[in-house]
Amino acid sequence: MQGEFADTGELVGVDLACRRGGRLVFAGLDCRLPAGGALLLTGANGSGKSSLLRLMATLLPPAEGRLSWGGVPVMEDAPRYRAALHYVGHLEGTKPALSGREMLRFWAALHGEAPPAIDAALAAFGLETVADWPCRWLSAGQRRRLALARLVAAPAPIWLLDEPAAALDADGEARLVNAIAEHRAGGGRVALATHQPIAVSEAARIALDDFAASPDAALAAAW
Amino acid sequence: MAAFLGLFRRDLRLALRQGGEVGLVLGFFTLAVLLFPFGVGPEPELLDRIAGGIIWVAALLAAVLSLDRLFAADHADGGLDLIALSPLPLELSALAKIMAHWVTTGLPLTVISPLLALFVNLDPEGIPVLTLGLLLGTPALSLLGGIAAALTLGARRPGVLVSLVVLPLYLPPLIFGSGAVEASLTGDGAYAHLLLLGAVTLAALPLAPLATAAALRQALD
Amino acid sequence: MLSRFANPARFMRVSGAALPWFGAAAAAVLAVGLVWSLAIAPPDYQQGESVRIMFIHVPAAWMSLSVYLLVAMASAVALVWRHPLAEVAAQAAAPIGAAFTLICLATGSLWGRPMWGTWWVWDARLTSVLVLFFLYLGYIALVNAFDDRDRGARAGSLLALVGVVNLPIIKFSVDWWNTLHQPASVVKLGGPTIATSMLLPLLVMAVGFMLLFGWLLLLRMRTILNERKAEALRLYGQPANRRERAEALTGDAVARS
Repeated sequence: MQGEFADTGELVGVDLACRRGGRLVFAGLDCRLPAGGALLLTGANGSGKSSLLRLMATLLPPAEGRLSWGGVPVMEDAPRYRAALHYVGHLEGTKPALSGREMLRFWAALHGEAPPAIDAALAAFGLETVADWPCRWLSAGQRRRLALARLVAAPAPIWLLDEPAAALDADGEARLVNAIAEHRAGGGRVALATHQPIAVSEAARIALDDFAASPDAALAAAW
Repeated sequence: MAAFLGLFRRDLRLALRQGGEVGLVLGFFTLAVLLFPFGVGPEPELLDRIAGGIIWVAALLAAVLSLDRLFAADHADGGLDLIALSPLPLELSALAKIMAHWVTTGLPLTVISPLLALFVNLDPEGIPVLTLGLLLGTPALSLLGGIAAALTLGARRPGVLVSLVVLPLYLPPLIFGSGAVEASLTGDGAYAHLLLLGAVTLAALPLAPLATAAALRQALD
Repeated sequence: MLSRFANPARFMRVSGAALPWFGAAAAAVLAVGLVWSLAIAPPDYQQGESVRIMFIHVPAAWMSLSVYLLVAMASAVALVWRHPLAEVAAQAAAPIGAAFTLICLATGSLWGRPMWGTWWVWDARLTSVLVLFFLYLGYIALVNAFDDRDRGARAGSLLALVGVVNLPIIKFSVDWWNTLHQPASVVKLGGPTIATSMLLPLLVMAVGFMLLFGWLLLLRMRTILNERKAEALRLYGQPANRRERAEALTGDAVARS
């Protein structure tokens, strides 16, 4: 497999469990994300799709289990792991008073030292004309495109996307699918949670409902 | 380094662009100071006696009120997640935001304080000590306030809660700062007070970001 | 040793057995102490009978500080080792500590009235205890300010640690402030020295207060754990085998209703 991310390690999760708000959301979950791979997370509301993505982004500590990147447990070298991932959650993180270009530059600076590919990112998601507008003038779909644009502005091998197509029109969704395909072709990997069908080829599926905690386990964990 | 400066500059830009946040802090500070003559009477000797305390208490209250914009916006719009995911340690990110907060809160308060000192009839001898004290002490207010602001993210009624949590922490700067002004007026010398004030800020500089980052991590869940 | 009590069910068993003993011991020691301090110990030659308030005021002050240190230690254990009962202990202890603080402030006020003619005097110790009261209030308010109980507990633990680090600094600054504004008088509610005839009943009262605190702490911890048990059962127990599950979890027979 060719591409800039082809020789980076595999993301492996073993026996992951997650607790949120005192409730055991899922337990005993294994996942594997090799170079060029995709992971599709499905499940009912509250089944833990967002929680799993946040756990994979180290925003949440796992209640049990281990996550490792290239054979190294993630928490042993957290800055290196975080520099290798992008997380796009429900909230866009855009500031009303800043322009799209300023947001991309800021996000890229947060992410690392490499000079950002701002124009390429704006072009990939069709935001050239609105790049210098303050974000309060952008529609919800445009803000989501901007949040997704940072995936292209600062390259990283792992993409964790939570409902990325929400609020996107057909054109936006096509651009997203395109960006994902190009990323995977270059060896990058994607984990995404979605309710809508998104055209992601050859994706491993994880149905979070299968890993819901049994009532006994949930009771034991809460008490 | 780019991340630290980027975060610092972004927060500065947001504070300056988003409609007069600096102005609001200064406005409240001025109003709070001006209330006192109405409350205790305008006799010059009385006001001179309590002027240092008035200005310091008003600065404290203005600082407390400004704390809600330190982390709450980033927490609400998902920006905190991205800051936490930066390779820059969360402690340094917190420090960058606190520094930007000080530049847009503590520093303007310090600059305007000589003018307000006139309204409460502070002896001109006390004004340099007042200003220097505020310059040394307002960073501590931002640093300690950052801990309280981070701890209360996602709480019900965060505004009132922040005040309750932070005011005991604000007592030492208040005591040393206003004590310095009083000491300079009675001729005792404000040196010891200012040293202690500086010590509080220096101690808070490495420690407060540690506690703030720990609190921010709790808020990420 | 702490890990032996990590299991809530075992803690409930042990504390249930220990509770009556703590209660009886506290009642006995406090009875002895109160009689000794209120009836037997001699009145002070300066302050007369009103010095007897000291026998409640001073132990209450000691307890208010000790309990805060306990809350901070339990919080440290909760954050670092994630001991499941440490947070419960801290949350149970805080209101008791706040109550001791209030007792200290009230008795201090009552004590000061005959001496200085005012209901409140800003002496160094009373002021420090007042600040301590607000530290307790802040902790209790923070823990209860979140819909997510775990988040509140963790935030409170961190605040307790921040508070305990700040406590010496605040105490120092209050002492500093006090000497600035009352340079001449020796305003010390304890008096310059304490005679042995007063020291012994004081220590007895202190021990009594500690036993009382222990009894109240165990009682509150059991109450908190029972509340959590009830909540967990309501959320996850299913009608069919709720009783068996509850018995298995708590180790004691659930009342047949």
